[in-house]
Amino acid sequence: MNNLNELRAKCKEIYKQKLSRPRVVVGLGTCGIASGGDKVMAAIKKEVEARGLDVDVDFTSCIGMCYREPMVEVALPGAASVVYGDIFPDKVAQLLESHIVNKKPVYEWAAIQIPGEATPYEGIDIMEQSSYYGKQVRSVTSRLGRTNPEKIEEYIATGGYEGIEKCLQMERQAIIDEIKKSGLRGRGGGGFPTGNKWQFVYNTPGEKKYAVCNADEGDPGAFMDRSVLEGDPHSVLEGMMIAGLAIGADEGYIYCRAEYPLAIRRLNLAIAEAEKHGILGDKILGSNFSFRIKIKAGAGAFVCGEETALLNSIEGQRGMPRVRPPFPAISGLWAKPTCLNNVETYANVPFIIRKGADWYASMGTEKSKGSKVFCLTGKINNTGLAEVPMGITLREVIFNIAGGIQDGKKFKAVQSGGPSGGCLPEEKLDLSVDYDSLTAAGAIMGSGGLVVMDETTCMVDVAKFFLNFTQLESCGKCTPCREGTKRMLELLQKICDGKGELKDLDTLERLAKVIKSSALCGLGQTCPNPVLTTLRYFRKEYEAHIVDKRCPAGVCAALLCYVVVAEKCTGCGACLRACPAGAITGEKKEPHSIDTSKCIKCGACMTKCKFDAIIKA
Amino acid sequence: MANATLTINGVQVTVPAGTSLLDAATGAGFFVPTLCHDPANPGYGGCRICVVDVKGARALVASCVTEATNGMVVETESPAVQEARKTIIELLLANHPTDCLTCDKNGDCRLQDYAYRYGVRKSSFEGERHNYPIDNSNPYITRDLNKCVLCGKCVRTCAQVSDRQVIDFAYRGFNTKVAPAMDTNLAESACVSCARCVAVCPVGALTYTPLAGKGRTYELRKETVTCSFCEAGCQFDLNYKGDKVIGVTANAPGEGRPLCLKGRLGMELRYADKPLTPMLKKDDEFVAVSWAEALGLEDVLAKIKELEK
Repeated sequence: MNNLNELRAKCKEIYKQKLSRPRVVVGLGTCGIASGGDKVMAAIKKEVEARGLDVDVDFTSCIGMCYREPMVEVALPGAASVVYGDIFPDKVAQLLESHIVNKKPVYEWAAIQIPGEATPYEGIDIMEQSSYYGKQVRSVTSRLGRTNPEKIEEYIATGGYEGIEKCLQMERQAIIDEIKKSGLRGRGGGGFPTGNKWQFVYNTPGEKKYAVCNADEGDPGAFMDRSVLEGDPHSVLEGMMIAGLAIGADEGYIYCRAEYPLAIRRLNLAIAEAEKHGILGDKILGSNFSFRIKIKAGAGAFVCGEETALLNSIEGQRGMPRVRPPFPAISGLWAKPTCLNNVETYANVPFIIRKGADWYASMGTEKSKGSKVFCLTGKINNTGLAEVPMGITLREVIFNIAGGIQDGKKFKAVQSGGPSGGCLPEEKLDLSVDYDSLTAAGAIMGSGGLVVMDETTCMVDVAKFFLNFTQLESCGKCTPCREGTKRMLELLQKICDGKGELKDLDTLERLAKVIKSSALCGLGQTCPNPVLTTLRYFRKEYEAHIVDKRCPAGVCAALLCYVVVAEKCTGCGACLRACPAGAITGEKKEPHSIDTSKCIKCGACMTKCKFDAIIKA
Repeated sequence: MANATLTINGVQVTVPAGTSLLDAATGAGFFVPTLCHDPANPGYGGCRICVVDVKGARALVASCVTEATNGMVVETESPAVQEARKTIIELLLANHPTDCLTCDKNGDCRLQDYAYRYGVRKSSFEGERHNYPIDNSNPYITRDLNKCVLCGKCVRTCAQVSDRQVIDFAYRGFNTKVAPAMDTNLAESACVSCARCVAVCPVGALTYTPLAGKGRTYELRKETVTCSFCEAGCQFDLNYKGDKVIGVTANAPGEGRPLCLKGRLGMELRYADKPLTPMLKKDDEFVAVSWAEALGLEDVLAKIKELEK
């Protein structure tokens, strides 16, 4: 069998060369591009050319601090590399002038620094000690924002494909045993032990088997898989190859939603590169193992993230879940035994093989091992990607890593697990983040989306949002999900409209119970969770809508009433002019008043008032 | 073949391995309602009305797609099961015109049967209802999607004939419906009016146009005849009202065969007291044709006439 020694030595040399040169690296993940990274890149190239600077311009993916995009890393040989945040084209000239020409970092723009062997700069947070990364571990995300994801050389130079090389020397059962020992559980949300799943596929007789990767990430507020695919596509390929080798598959599919064009492009590039080097394809590294990976772009149905609907979709059928059993491990893609894991699960595999199951199992809790990538979104200061050890508390994630609530407002709830998950209140913040604790609290780990809500969020409105989502995304196959979510949504709408009755809460609970117990697939069985958890932890808020006809958070328009606080009103007339409905009257320099029967509750007056004289009541 | 012994409603039942819980329970004499289950086309598990309680299971299980295994303890009418079934019936009724008084399926409708059995007088849910136009573009089949419970039996039976597959599910969520390609009406689709779909529809969504208003289901007596047009031997039902055959309906296709319009029309001509006017699609429009043309007998008739001369 051939090995990668020669190639690896060459790649390491190339990578060393890169690190030994002055360089400017722009974060071009989707988040970076969306906030203008492309333009920054163009500005940097132009500036470098105009000044004739001896510096390499390169790109990487998202490092995780999405809230500071566009991000630019500047590194000089022998010095710490500095990652700057909020670098827009107008800052480029000064940045290069100072850091490249005068060799002095621009301290006030620096987000973090990564010293490596070099002496750190004074006054810039070192990545591992910074408030954002201090409590994080970087395993699956270790290459994100650090290497160029479109260069296989950088993957190989940083330990890439050592896993598959090692596995090709191992017994197939030994690979599965290693995964079992690591305690890795499915990162897509279900939390099924990965090693056991592989064992089922291994044990199922069959000439033809498949390894399929679920990259149909669809939860609102979730972008872990996208970040991994964009930032380290080879790790997913390697994970799939190792799975294929272990279970006896020679073909793999990545089912990636078409809304991730950059991820698909980088995956295609990665596949082509790996094939070019003989790492993927026929007789890998001269062994008897052949493995090919194809990409199937999904057309954007949330339910296709459900494993059996995903398989139907790959087969060219409508994305509707199949009944289980038989599970995909027994009869999956084209009725062949199929190993189905999500992006993050596969991406974990090469690390486990390379560093050992014991290393992996040393992180986390007794039943939830390793690390988990979370997407922090909502009313927090630091929106971004964070990889944390299992067992960390929600409070640490939200108040340390995510930097607490925006504008000094009060925390109200955190939604974990997307439309299948639940909303947890303040008193659950010290809950350990692991599969079992979250499930016990009525939420789920889910794929890793954490949406944080503050006091201005109405929990009935949130439940309505998620129900609306699942209702639109229900495939329509089973009655409880198709018809039941519609009626639950209508009841929530009724409550938000101020027409609710207390018995509606019982009906909601009854429907939720029946849907959970009788729906066909995971989507249906979990979609009442947002309603059940908000009812469990925020029932008073529902009752306020129903009994007092009041929305405590001031969100539900039908229950709002805009009033002028006469003592504060200066009679400037700004609100009067802003009102599109002619509902405001008043003499100049006299307190104005709002005719609630004409008011359409658009809030324009409140936005215009400079004296805080208009309040929502 | 190995057997599985399980307990259903306290009764020990032994069935061949691989038997579904539905078959095991109904075989033992217990009632289990079904809407989407088609014995000729099993394994769908969509309507969820057949759910039963299996001791130790995480949730209720659909009996039509769950295999009976050794030692299972099953309840077919536990409080949870009844609650789920009642709710499912109510959910279906909340989006179903309850015009049983004039529905041609009255008396032969599963939804009506189960509402009766579970005492669901009316749905406790009120809200949006579909208001689809009735598709009577095809002279033989009337589609009223407002009555459709989306059991998918029509889709699956149509898909059993490889060159048909005329209808499938379209749209998502509450807006899911069964439709031909591009969501056209039946006449504009590739439908050949074989009526396999009508034969399996459990409710009044698919009915025979020529029989509309001709009799209540309980006034009709069905007699099954085997078509002799080809060697397949599909089965059709003669619908008697009194001593008159008022129409012929599809019953079941012969083994591996598609059923066909010609066969049904042939039976109609042969048995019906007042055969309907046959219609065939020409240049994408249905037009009335002679019986000779409808049955493809023009050449033969011409030859007979030639000989008679």
